[in-house]
Amino acid sequence: MTELKKSDFEKKTIVDFKRDLINKRKQHGSLIPLLQSAQDSYGYIPEKAIYYISELVGIPSAEIYGVITFYSQFRLKPLGKHVIRICEGTACHVNGAKTILRALQNELGISIEETTDDGFFTLLSVACLGCCSISPVIMIDEKVYGKLTTNMIKKIIKEHKKT
Amino acid sequence: MKEIKVGLATCGIAAGGMLVYDELKKEIKNNNIEVELKKTGCMGMCYREVLVEVKDDSDSYLYANVTPDKVKRIITEHIINNKPVKEWIIKSKSINKEDAFFKKQKQIVLRNCGIIDPSSVDDYILNNGYKAIQKCLNEYSKMEVIDIIIKSGLRGRGGGGFPTGLKWKFANQAAGDKKYIICNADEGDPGAFMDRSTIEGDPHSIIEGMMIAGYAIQADEAYIYVRAEYPLAIERLSIAIKQCEERGFLGKNIFNSNMDFKIRIKEGAGAFVCGEETALISSIEGKRGVPRIRPPFPANKGLWGKPTNINNVETYANIAWIIMNGPEAFSSMGTEKSKGTKVFALAGKIVRSGLTEVPMGITINEIIYDIGGGIKDGKKFKAVQMGGPSGGCIPASMSDLKIDYDEITKTGAIMGSGGLIVLDETTCMVDLAKFFLNFTQNESCGKCTFCRIGTKRMLEILERITAGAGKEGDIQLLEELSYKIKNSSLCGLGQTAPNPVLTTIKYFRDEYEAHIKEKRCPAHSCVSLLTYTIIEDKCIGCTLCAQKCPVNAISGKTKEPHKIKQDACIKCGLCYDSCKFDAIEKI
Ligand SMILES: Cc1cc2nc3c(=O)[nH]c(=O)nc-3n(C[C@H](O)[C@H](O)[C@H](O)COP(=O)(O)O)c2cc1C
Ligand code: FES
Repeated sequence: MTELKKSDFEKKTIVDFKRDLINKRKQHGSLIPLLQSAQDSYGYIPEKAIYYISELVGIPSAEIYGVITFYSQFRLKPLGKHVIRICEGTACHVNGAKTILRALQNELGISIEETTDDGFFTLLSVACLGCCSISPVIMIDEKVYGKLTTNMIKKIIKEHKKT
Repeated sequence: MKEIKVGLATCGIAAGGMLVYDELKKEIKNNNIEVELKKTGCMGMCYREVLVEVKDDSDSYLYANVTPDKVKRIITEHIINNKPVKEWIIKSKSINKEDAFFKKQKQIVLRNCGIIDPSSVDDYILNNGYKAIQKCLNEYSKMEVIDIIIKSGLRGRGGGGFPTGLKWKFANQAAGDKKYIICNADEGDPGAFMDRSTIEGDPHSIIEGMMIAGYAIQADEAYIYVRAEYPLAIERLSIAIKQCEERGFLGKNIFNSNMDFKIRIKEGAGAFVCGEETALISSIEGKRGVPRIRPPFPANKGLWGKPTNINNVETYANIAWIIMNGPEAFSSMGTEKSKGTKVFALAGKIVRSGLTEVPMGITINEIIYDIGGGIKDGKKFKAVQMGGPSGGCIPASMSDLKIDYDEITKTGAIMGSGGLIVLDETTCMVDLAKFFLNFTQNESCGKCTFCRIGTKRMLEILERITAGAGKEGDIQLLEELSYKIKNSSLCGLGQTAPNPVLTTIKYFRDEYEAHIKEKRCPAHSCVSLLTYTIIEDKCIGCTLCAQKCPVNAISGKTKEPHKIKQDACIKCGLCYDSCKFDAIEKI
């Protein structure tokens, strides 16, 4: 049996982005994957990446900007070291996501879409993380925390401050 | 040899599954015993995660709520000394335990979920995997495959419920030498996780279903459109596709049949409307995901203008089973017009939340009480929300309703993709309607005026009602706007966006009226309409509430009754939750 490791699908570097640019420019519909690649590499989509892509793929930069702002995944500003996504989906909503959000805001001193001054945390909201059975849920970087209480939030944030 | 499996879908991992897995690995090594330790997908009982299954030659034992410190005892008593730890086991034949959660279920889509190792193609093959595609290639013509699917009565599980076989037939008959297959794994309904669990637990079943569809309509290229919020699902699909390519199941001349078939993954970029098929296609093409008018349907003009068949994850996961077991086996389950099974994601105010696959025709009551164990914390059952932002609320009084596409549509809700959110007496229905409107309003692509602006106006009305500023005539205004939005929107998003409002008005009109006329929220949930007060007789002056209050609105001396300053109170409810003497009242 072939053993595939998670590292085969790990995060990209800027070199990978440049390679993707070269490889994918002629593929049909490569704009979104290229933007995703840029975001994976830089953590956000820098203005210069828009121009690179525009030149290589032959799509005007204004149109690319239109695509970026259409999708909630894309960001034009850099993210903090840890990204906290709070689920505001239905299951989480009825199980008290608002209280969790309030606790997070108290703990971090920022609102949704903001980054802390020390650049440690960015708080984002998502519509559902697909873990509704353990709601309310947050995801920090790629790890999901479920069945949250306000007390747990304090602990979890503290843990992440150390790293 | 014994086998130990750990449920490691996103929910299992979130509950600490990896820690349990590592501990098991360590103990197995320390004791130098021979057992096979495996990772598997979601076993469905997310409420009892972490789940560990131990299998010996004669039986299987399911351990629930396993933590790393329970591992040692399981290994020594059960694995080494053959004495299952009975008090932790919830399902096993030999000690006569079968958890009620599984009793009414029938698993087709989830046939391998929680049983096989999703990152092992061999495991899938051992469980009859990739036999159905070979059977099609060797024994059936394309039309015969389509006929089998038509006969089975399978309807699209993505929400619309269109007959799958018929859809394939249209794509098969469409002119063109280049055709595409798409799998819709966007799963945008907030509160649904069936597709995620299916992919994480059994990615090969979806690939095989897509291959069969590819054969039937003569497509050689396929895309799976997965939402980016599902990293584990994307990883497991990538592994599965890679393994298939290595085996020659995907690529050129698959199974030596002259058929070419290639699958690519496209990550969604976070837009609910991209679940709509024409918007999804536009998104794969690299554009803004804006829907377009149908017809032409994707079956005639889809991706890059070519005939395209698009189905949901669960729809594809049914296909191989139908081919292997015959259409009659499938159509023998269910009601007259809804055949087979449906996977539901049970969540909300329910005791046993998780994933459940039931035959069509079962009642909502059976799902909530027999499978779901009833309402959490002894509260009263109020309604279920089905179909997410496009669906509606079905009140408790109608819960003997059968699960059937057409029966559910009659209530004003829709079957949807399978999200089933249970609501209790503490859920405010106006707030819930506002929640969904807020969602659709955000997600409207902006193309149609009524969908873009109409939903905004509806949201504003709902906001003022829940803030205690509702006006006489607001309900009528909501209804009027609803019908206009429904009639003048191009895609399903706008056409169904008012459903959550219309169904809550239909079944819970009194709640709307209480908000508007009496400025009262019967569920005690709308913050602006609440007041917290301390009952003097009950307060012993423990000061806990004053310590918890984030805005210092509570004052009082130790051992004397406290008071809440109403103008400073932000109504966060922390005092209410923390009081050990029930001395705080919420009205
Ligand atoms: C706003 C909107 C969102 C949708 N979201 C999804 C989705 O997340 N997943 C899905 O399978 N179908 C979704 N659909 C339905 C698809 O348009 C399409 O009907 C479905 O993918 C067809 O597959 P099926 O026949 O197997 O159900 C959505 C439709 C609309 C109007
Ligand atoms: S609603 Fe929060 S994870 Fe689904």
